[in-house]
Amino acid sequence: MAARTFTIDDQLISAREGETILQAAREHGISIPTLCHLDGVSDVGACRLCLVEIEGSRALRPACVTPVVEEMVVRTDTERLREYRRMIIELLFAERNHVCAVCVANGHCELQDLAIAVGMDHVRFDYAFPRCDVDISHPLFGIDHNRCVLCTRCVRVCDEVEGVHTWDVAGRGADARVITDMRQPWGEARSCTSCGKCVLACPTGAIFRRGATVGEMERDRNKIAYIVAAREQRW
Amino acid sequence: MDISELLTIAEHERTMRRPTCIRCCTALGCQSAGSLSLKQRLEEAVAEVDRTDIEVIGVGCMGMCGHGPLVRVDPDGVLYEHVHAADAPSIVAALDGGDATAPRGDPQHPFFTLQKRIVLENSGIIDPERIESYIAAGGYQALYCVLHDMTPAEVIDVVTRSGLRGRGGAGYPTGLKWATVAKSHGDRKYVVCNADEGDPGAFMDRSIIESDPHKILEGMAIAAYAVGADQGYVYVRAEYPLAIQRLQRAIAQARRLGLLGAQIFDAGFTFRIDIRVGAGAFVCGEETALMASIEGRRGQPRPRPPYPAESGLWGRPTLINNVETFANIPPIIRNGAEWFAAIGAEHSKGTKVFALTGKIRHTGLIEVPMGVTLRQIVEEMGGGVPEGRVKAVQTGGPSGGCIPAALLDTPVDYESLQRVGSIMGSGGMVVMDDATNMVDVAHFYMEFCKDESCGKCIPCRAGTAQMLHMLNLIRSGQATAADLARLEQLCIMVKETSLCGLGQSAPNPVLSTMKYFREEYEAFVRDEGLAG
Amino acid sequence: MERRRLATIWLGGCSGCHMSFLDLDEWLFELAQHIDLVYSPLADVKEYPDHVDVALVEGAVANEDHLHLIRQVRERTRILIAFGDCAVTGNVTALRNPLGAPEALLHTIYIERAEIAGCLPHAPGIVPQLLDKVQPVHKVVPVDVYLPGCPPPAPRIRALLEQVIAGEDIRLTGREMIKFG
Repeated sequence: MAARTFTIDDQLISAREGETILQAAREHGISIPTLCHLDGVSDVGACRLCLVEIEGSRALRPACVTPVVEEMVVRTDTERLREYRRMIIELLFAERNHVCAVCVANGHCELQDLAIAVGMDHVRFDYAFPRCDVDISHPLFGIDHNRCVLCTRCVRVCDEVEGVHTWDVAGRGADARVITDMRQPWGEARSCTSCGKCVLACPTGAIFRRGATVGEMERDRNKIAYIVAAREQRW
Repeated sequence: MDISELLTIAEHERTMRRPTCIRCCTALGCQSAGSLSLKQRLEEAVAEVDRTDIEVIGVGCMGMCGHGPLVRVDPDGVLYEHVHAADAPSIVAALDGGDATAPRGDPQHPFFTLQKRIVLENSGIIDPERIESYIAAGGYQALYCVLHDMTPAEVIDVVTRSGLRGRGGAGYPTGLKWATVAKSHGDRKYVVCNADEGDPGAFMDRSIIESDPHKILEGMAIAAYAVGADQGYVYVRAEYPLAIQRLQRAIAQARRLGLLGAQIFDAGFTFRIDIRVGAGAFVCGEETALMASIEGRRGQPRPRPPYPAESGLWGRPTLINNVETFANIPPIIRNGAEWFAAIGAEHSKGTKVFALTGKIRHTGLIEVPMGVTLRQIVEEMGGGVPEGRVKAVQTGGPSGGCIPAALLDTPVDYESLQRVGSIMGSGGMVVMDDATNMVDVAHFYMEFCKDESCGKCIPCRAGTAQMLHMLNLIRSGQATAADLARLEQLCIMVKETSLCGLGQSAPNPVLSTMKYFREEYEAFVRDEGLAG
Repeated sequence: MERRRLATIWLGGCSGCHMSFLDLDEWLFELAQHIDLVYSPLADVKEYPDHVDVALVEGAVANEDHLHLIRQVRERTRILIAFGDCAVTGNVTALRNPLGAPEALLHTIYIERAEIAGCLPHAPGIVPQLLDKVQPVHKVVPVDVYLPGCPPPAPRIRALLEQVIAGEDIRLTGREMIKFG
């Protein structure tokens, strides 16, 4: 496999051909914020937090799906990118009801961590305060749409790793919701195997174990990548 | 089917013609104004006077849709507008002298004379429901010529040299796109016609399909031969029932004559076309979302690259062009690259079809050479606004921008429109007069984009909702100058970070109206005091 | 060093931020060397004074009284600090917003679910009118500094007040200072 050398933030990087900018950066300890990316499942380039500047390209590129190219010059932390990332996080907080204080994921939430990382001390946009459902019809798990960021990790992990496709997205724009089966309550979604991979994958407090209370929803998201890697090795 | 059979059909069709032909528009606009019953009354009126030298045919769009239903009596070219069914006997009687009760239109009006019809060459002339009518107008000869006299590379060369650029909006060089698909490897390739026209105020593609559906099929078949595809799809929105019906009929007719299917013109070329009907999502006009929808998945875009030319439908190389682009192909093959390249502006060759709407005297469909000015279109062809003055022209739909009256001398070509902050887009052109508030206009388009955002990427999903909210604050007098600045920042962020063209262009109506009509925003702003 | 005039305000919140303030324990004595507490629910002052240097505002703006007070605070204060998540985001206080206008909520609480003959609380001048929507403070008046947390832990409050006392440009970053919840 051919090697590629290029620079990220003035640092010379070597990477394998076909690797994405995100993979190469992480291998070299350069952190690029992500939300929809999850090790072990496919990338969709949807959250736009990993956008980077590439010299010679007018458009910003998502690091998660952009393969490295020999001699490319990548910038991950410019003033412009920092401002855009903060705005994206603020838009997420304004769009639904993310009340950290009463969230099962408080202290273990990727959205909360991202807010700290981008320096969000308040949201400059108006909150939408939408009315969102909470579905606790499943005996083990629940989904609180107030806290969903539509990253679709649950959709992908269910489809690609568990091979079930219980989760999907219905509606569009601000009305988009993750759904189970044909928008039945989760407890009535016959395809669900209750494997809990969606619970592992969720970055926020949207999908949770029933009975968990504030701050109790800890999860080891690396397990998804571990399952995928273990399966690949056995084959 | 071989060329002699084709020519026989054409010849037979021509000999069947009657000396006098009453053409009645049966495109959707005139249909909704009652042209179907009018056509029936015309046929009855002809039968009543027992004249075998007169025929009545239903044709496609004649252009001046706002004056419909339209009827033209040939060979004299007498035009009638706002025709009611009750006028029918008098129109037939007028052939023997006298006046018809319907108002006369002026075929010498600049609306008609400044046009250059390539895409619309058959529109309003042939019967779109009969393949013989298209063949008699020279139809399918370009396909024959391509299959028998040209290699795929030669076809691509002609298209490249013609200078044709994609008519869907972005203006990508068509020949280059074809060449990329031709070079890409795949066990199958596909050709897709994007007929998911969804811009408010745009009806070019609908009219083209309703008026001349075979032209699209022929253009697609030529493209398929050039790139090595054997399957085509027309992705058309469900809101266009007449266009879908005429396409279905056209495909069935072409298949019956062996002009689609296996062994077309005995040249070892196979090409099938199927229709896929959209389910009412504007974003499915974006090519990656369109392909997802054809594959039966949720119609939402994915990041590019890979581009469809390399990895499209089911991972195979796929050529996607817009309706108008395909409609340009048969004339280019027939008349040659040089003929086409001699028309239009320096970097924008050929013509462009526009749907002229809004506050303008003559609304309708026009085709003009690239490079004419907005002023010529709006003032001369469109006859200006009925009351007051032109304030702005919106081109490119929700992705475009508002061009102020002071810039009406801007020529219509891809680069010039971009330079003034708008885009060519697919061809919607909405004229606004000075009674129009530009903040309201921006609000209208933002509401549209917010409703049509698929929700996949955050900047578009949450950004359009937030921009709409801020526009609402401005309109209700609750915003400050700081809010205006924040709206502008948000617009730029959404433009630069969104995943697909919908989000990337959604802020354009706001940005262009803020640029040219900032005082209208400021008029809503209240005193400073509450900054965020 | 000049003594600063500090005020703390309690709008629509649970007073947890004030409890956390009291968790500063013995550091409060040190603080008292540098500030005068001129207005606070912890002190018996009826009228918000003029020329306040720093105000810690706990709670969201939820009723007419809050609206009146916060405008007064803004007029008479140099540095207004949104103190805790309710002030910064609306937080728990704003959980009623998705449910719509307050009338419906009041009706449910005081009439439908009342155990004995219920009635809506109506005492002009005593019980303030609820606003249609609970808002974070910066939606109503300009805010100079945001101190998130539910409540902000005492060390976070101390770190902020030390910057205030030192008269520096206040800059809060990192998990220790700006984590919500």
